[in-house]
Amino acid sequence: MSATDVLLWVILPYVSLAIFVIGHYWRYRYDKFGWTTRSTELYEQRLLRWGSPLFHFGILFVLLGHIAGLGIPKSWTEAVGISETGYHALAVITGAIAGFCTLAGLAILIYRRRTVGPVFSATTKNDKFMYVVLTATILLGLSNTVLGVLGHEGADYRDTVSPWFRSIFYFRPQPELMAEAGLGFQLHALSALLLFAIWPFTRLVHVFSAPLGYFTRPYIVYRSRSAQLGNRRAPRGWEQERVGGGRR
Amino acid sequence: MRVMAQMGMVMNLDKCIGCHTCSVTCKQAWTNRSGVEYVWFNNVETRPGQGYPRTYEDQEKWKGGWEVGRGGRLRLRTGSRLKRLLTIFSNPVQPSIADYYEPWTYDYDTLLNAPVQEHTPVAQPRSLLTDKPMKVEWSANWDDNLGGAPELTADDPVLKKVSAQVKQQFEQTYMFYLPRICEHCINPSCAASCPSGAIYKRAEDGIVLVDQDRCRGWRMCMTGCPYKKIYYNHRTGKAEKCTFCFPRVEVGIPTVCSETCVGRLRYIGIVLYDADRVLEAASTPDDQDLYEAQRSILLDPNDPEVIRAATAAGIRRDWIDAAQRSPIYALINRYEVALPLHPEYRTMPMVWYIPPLSPVVDALTETGHDGEDAGNIFGAIEALRIPVEYLAGLFTAGDTARVTGVLRKLGAMRSYLRDLNLGRPADESIATAVGMTGRDLQDLHRLLAIAKYDERYVIPPAHAEQGPEQEELDVGCSLDYDEGPGMGGWGPFGETSGGVTPIAVENFHMLAGRQLSDTPAAPPTKDERVNLLNWDGKGAPEGMFPPRPEDSAALHGRPDGGGEPPDSPAVTDPKP
Repeated sequence: MSATDVLLWVILPYVSLAIFVIGHYWRYRYDKFGWTTRSTELYEQRLLRWGSPLFHFGILFVLLGHIAGLGIPKSWTEAVGISETGYHALAVITGAIAGFCTLAGLAILIYRRRTVGPVFSATTKNDKFMYVVLTATILLGLSNTVLGVLGHEGADYRDTVSPWFRSIFYFRPQPELMAEAGLGFQLHALSALLLFAIWPFTRLVHVFSAPLGYFTRPYIVYRSRSAQLGNRRAPRGWEQERVGGGRR
Repeated sequence: MRVMAQMGMVMNLDKCIGCHTCSVTCKQAWTNRSGVEYVWFNNVETRPGQGYPRTYEDQEKWKGGWEVGRGGRLRLRTGSRLKRLLTIFSNPVQPSIADYYEPWTYDYDTLLNAPVQEHTPVAQPRSLLTDKPMKVEWSANWDDNLGGAPELTADDPVLKKVSAQVKQQFEQTYMFYLPRICEHCINPSCAASCPSGAIYKRAEDGIVLVDQDRCRGWRMCMTGCPYKKIYYNHRTGKAEKCTFCFPRVEVGIPTVCSETCVGRLRYIGIVLYDADRVLEAASTPDDQDLYEAQRSILLDPNDPEVIRAATAAGIRRDWIDAAQRSPIYALINRYEVALPLHPEYRTMPMVWYIPPLSPVVDALTETGHDGEDAGNIFGAIEALRIPVEYLAGLFTAGDTARVTGVLRKLGAMRSYLRDLNLGRPADESIATAVGMTGRDLQDLHRLLAIAKYDERYVIPPAHAEQGPEQEELDVGCSLDYDEGPGMGGWGPFGETSGGVTPIAVENFHMLAGRQLSDTPAAPPTKDERVNLLNWDGKGAPEGMFPPRPEDSAALHGRPDGGGEPPDSPAVTDPKP
């Protein structure tokens, strides 16, 4: 186990995850106003109608696949009687379908972003950088799946990548496992770590706004007027006192 | 009975001359920022016409508002909650920028910097979205004053429902204006559509607002609102809407659109309603009964039981007083001359309209008849089904009898009052013919024709006990002014990031002081930007006009020439 391995598979993951967690906390505290999908549907709808659902539903299935592949130990699936080949076939087929949907959607979206004038004007440098990292991660991941189908990269990621990934969260990292994994998996993991590190500072934060609360809340939301009148925030120590009962 | 107070507006369409002053001042106060160039919280449509955005009233296409589903249950036209979330990645029925219009500016620089040349330089239109030259093909009121009729008016969704023969006559004969703001509905479908729960209705006054910190830009509200009065700020990625000028209303002054209305056709007041019966009223099976249903949930503010319930619900005495003096309650429920816009959307809108009688009177006068004679006018309203049918499509879900009833009242008022003005004996039979008394007609006339500022706008100020932070005392950071170093500019994610500065018109004492003082509005310390949000109608806001030559020594032109030394503050508010 070399120093490089420790750097890549211990230090980098923790740095990346720390930025991911703290970054989101900070961004939410500091920048609720900037926390949005920044949708461009207002500008263009024809391409978006295909590209966006393809990409988003695709990547949701990819996420499910990752949760299954990285989160569930091999021993568990074997315990319930899923054979190695069966699991592999299932993972590769669903993974490839979801991955290609994602890629197709992404291609449409990037084409749209480049060719539709207003959408291109609304693209920031931040967006462009994020697109590069996101696309690289998806391409690397998909190529691993494809190579898996073709029989290359013999090593089963469920013996290397997955235990390593889980070991990060047990705080007993096992970099040697990742060092054994194929180059494709290593590159995919590295670009994913970079993606996690920039995540809180890009528009990707909207992932964490998935409006699941919509199912349980009442249709009409009532809220009281904020207690503050006036055009500046109350300075510290001058916050309004609650006087009596009456109207809130 | 659960009593809630609701701020509302009534517009008297007879008085609207289509000058767009409300739209312009509203834009100046609220949407003169980038990202909302195409947005008009207040717009004035010519009817018949397609409206803004185009054909927004066609709910078969746009799926706005509520409908009664199977089993009589009220549901959003866009379907279930799950269906909306499944279409969240690409909203199938969201208006695109082409349905509003592509905002543009002109290349003024060419005019200023063109070299000496044979032909006059031309300022080309340039898109505000792409900065490229563009062809201007549509705008918020492209069909203003029937421009482009009859080709464009043929697509008017309300006109489409009226019979063909009527259509043609209408195009030749009638036209009126329809100013529109957010309806601040009692049962807002935009709020119900919002996945994030960012759109809320204020419990105190019923104003519907978007929490900019919670909005995530899912855009379901744009589809949900049948009036298409929620707009997407394409720079910040957040929804924005008419705020009913809440910072002004909170201190007891009317909205900017009302304040600046040339025809003085807007009335603002509060009504009390029974929140427990909203769902039942909105679920009324027959569209044409919705007007009555909505009226029935409005409570009589003079009823002792209502007063008791309102007090129990925490509504203060001055708010109940205001509800009793409310001009909109009088127009809606006492005289029954105001009608809701498209009650069939089932959102219980709270901006109501007095339908225009003028087209009828004008048509009558043109034919050589006496347009204000009671007999003539009653006959004409019946005979000229044309505007009535169209108006019914707008205000009563097609119930023409209801519109005829209102027009007859307005006609009766004109005839009755004309007799009085000409010194003839009052003809009580005119009043009886429309189920009113002469006294009623005179009161209605007073409210519609001569009501002063404080009768048209009965707005109780919000209750927040005054604390030091509400005064413009120098307790804040001295560098904390617009563009000042204390503001720190925008955050690292561009202009859309960082905290929001709360919006407000000054504080109550300052405002009261200014309203009672003789000096004009603009405080000399404010920035150069013309801020109509702070304007109370006195004097000209700073920066609106360049200084006159004779005043230039005095730095700031003051129309009333107050005779004060130039650098003394114009505002002489009594600081507590």
